[in-house]
Amino acid sequence: MFSNPDLQKLVFGRLTWDAIPLHDPILIVTFIGVVLGGTALLGAITYFRFWGVLWREWFTSVDHKKIGIMYIILALVMLLRGFSDALLMRSQQAIAFGANEGYLPPHHYDQIFTAHGVIMIFFVAMPLVTGLMNYVVPLQIGARDVAFPFLNNFSFWMTVSGAATVMVSLFVGEFARTGWLAMPPLSGAEYSPGVGVDYYIWALQIAGIGTLLSGINLIATIIKMRAPGMTMMKMPIFVWSALCTNVLIVAAFPILTAVLALLSMDRYVGTHFFTNDLGGNPMMYVNLIWIWGHPEVYILILPAFGVFSEIVSTYSSKRLFGYASMVYALVVITILAYLVWLHHFFTMGSGASVNSFFGITTMIISIPTGAKIFNWLFTMYRGRIRFEVPMLWTLGFMVTFVIGGMTGVLLAVPPADFVLHNSLFLVAHFHNVIIGGVLFGMFAGITYWYPKAFGYKLDPFWGKVSFWFWLSGFYVAFMPLYLLGLMGVTRRLNRIEDPSLQVWFVIAGLGAVLILFGILSFMMTLFVSYRRREELRDVSGDPWHGRTLEWSTSSPPPDYNFAFTPVIHDYDAWWDMKRRGYERPREGYRSIHMPKNTGTGVILGALSTVFSFAVIWYMWPLAALAITGIVVVAIVHTFNYNRDTTIPAETVVSVEAQHTRMLAAAQA
Amino acid sequence: MSSTTSAQSVEAHGKDSVEDEPHGTFKGYVTGFVLAAILTAIPFWLVMGDVLGDSRVTGIVVMAFAMVQVVVHMIYFLHMNTRAEGGWTVLALIFTSTVVIITLVGSLWVMHHLNVNMMPMSVEDMKKHMH
Repeated sequence: MFSNPDLQKLVFGRLTWDAIPLHDPILIVTFIGVVLGGTALLGAITYFRFWGVLWREWFTSVDHKKIGIMYIILALVMLLRGFSDALLMRSQQAIAFGANEGYLPPHHYDQIFTAHGVIMIFFVAMPLVTGLMNYVVPLQIGARDVAFPFLNNFSFWMTVSGAATVMVSLFVGEFARTGWLAMPPLSGAEYSPGVGVDYYIWALQIAGIGTLLSGINLIATIIKMRAPGMTMMKMPIFVWSALCTNVLIVAAFPILTAVLALLSMDRYVGTHFFTNDLGGNPMMYVNLIWIWGHPEVYILILPAFGVFSEIVSTYSSKRLFGYASMVYALVVITILAYLVWLHHFFTMGSGASVNSFFGITTMIISIPTGAKIFNWLFTMYRGRIRFEVPMLWTLGFMVTFVIGGMTGVLLAVPPADFVLHNSLFLVAHFHNVIIGGVLFGMFAGITYWYPKAFGYKLDPFWGKVSFWFWLSGFYVAFMPLYLLGLMGVTRRLNRIEDPSLQVWFVIAGLGAVLILFGILSFMMTLFVSYRRREELRDVSGDPWHGRTLEWSTSSPPPDYNFAFTPVIHDYDAWWDMKRRGYERPREGYRSIHMPKNTGTGVILGALSTVFSFAVIWYMWPLAALAITGIVVVAIVHTFNYNRDTTIPAETVVSVEAQHTRMLAAAQA
Repeated sequence: MSSTTSAQSVEAHGKDSVEDEPHGTFKGYVTGFVLAAILTAIPFWLVMGDVLGDSRVTGIVVMAFAMVQVVVHMIYFLHMNTRAEGGWTVLALIFTSTVVIITLVGSLWVMHHLNVNMMPMSVEDMKKHMH
């Protein structure tokens, strides 16, 4: 390209044509698919003249509801990528025995299991959780938006930037081959000289900024913006779970940022924090990353607990059993989450006293968790249970999660862990709690709140099909892994010598196919429900006979959520209002002061993507340009005083009158 | 940012609005500044004059001054007290300190054990351990 090699190196760093994986047919086919699909999508948006709407109403929106929906769309798109990785691994392991090497060489297989873990945790589970909290929390506390609406939009675009960085690694260069936590010395400059680990570091750093800021935002929202009368012990339990999760995020994510910063200094400027020689200590990395990593799994599961609590109570038409004990259980789990991290590396050699301390604290966590399970059971006891789809996910969760919890307590016993560490038993355990807990919880939550967000319910037939495929698929895919793990098969192998084990891997592969049907049925649910939206229309705003404030609004709620800030007298505020014969106010509407949309978040997100790409490939001039751009845009934004807008009273009147007409039509 | 762009209506903020937050006084800022300056100057003097003669002791003393400095900043510059924000500030401080202490003490304990058990020993060390 350039006749002068020095100039080429200055501009393009270490990026050359060799970085494009033209030699790999799988990636070429994927790339062609992405290009064709992407062109079709962009063409369709252009054809239907959708760009303006997309930019004005969605990308630049500071409305917590739209940002919540965009988080969930991001998560579902990334779920497809992460699940393709899972299918590749399952099929490789089902065929690669003895002399058969399968179709994925080690260097490719290693990237796939790393990408699978990173994507599923950071870009599927996290956006699902953040998206649901974003959508639901302000509605449940009677607020009109989050505390810092622009920050919310910015956080979302930082998460997108991280996800985009991971996706770019598929076609330009490579991804890390280190496993999802990139442990040194393997992830150090000496053993991973390529760009893979750098993609990993920068994707997580950029997305981590988004996660941390969104955590601060939601804590401020919950503490400062609750409707009058809603004391802490009258907050919906989902809001409590969101508060605990965001406290965990704010306390834990800086540790991840710091430890990744130290690792990047080892890689970029030759420090020796985690190297084997010159005073470095790789064990410190393991220690630090798990101080973040263990709270992280509670960050994911606590909101799921909150969702299940809401659903059990709604579909049993009963108050949640033991509300106060549920709150205390959440808080206790929040604290204990910081006292157990060493159980991830019992085998590193800490000795008996350290191992027993962390083993015991880990077992103690099962007490508040068990209390929650019993509270859900007691809520259902003598309730009028409606077996709608969200309730099915909840029941599936309760059975599955108890199994996962018990294998977890087994792994918390240090001597047992010495046998099971790094085995497929461990892999089965954490998929058991993450699929059976987090994913089931998020699907339950999406189905539960979908009518609120879009104004029509999801089709129950395809919802049930999806649920049963996911549930059965999970068991078929992961029970064989428990068995194999007990027999001593270690994780992350791309080929196994002993042919007698093949049958279990084939069964696990079939399980993955069942889960594939589960995902396809979920997409079918979305499609069919959209087609049947008039039949499934929710005009009442309260399709499930709900108990919390979000069901007091229309479906979908107006931009301003509540024309009047509700006053709260009891826990289960909306149930209380309905019981006492609440009448919607019909007049006296006033204009409403709201934040204004801004494109700054999108621009900062895009510049961050350019920045991370540039530093990954050592394109220093581009990196300097991008970081300058980020700083300038951020400073310019602080001088933008045109940040708010007023929804005139006439608009509020007409929106509310529309809702009144729909309610009247529903009752007629 | 909170009062202008927050979507919550002014009424809903009720008593939580900014007016209730403690404001610094001129006297408070001066006291804080003088204390901070003194607490910075003493460690400099200890290090540059090599007053204590032992670098380990000096290190511990400097750390102690730093801890006091943190408290001075919180009281005089961040205006933290037990009443601010209805007790949320002090609660957040307690939680943060708990997590920081767990992280530091836990890491020191864990890393000490790992170093004793796992790091390669010199020949002399091995001889010592064998007796």
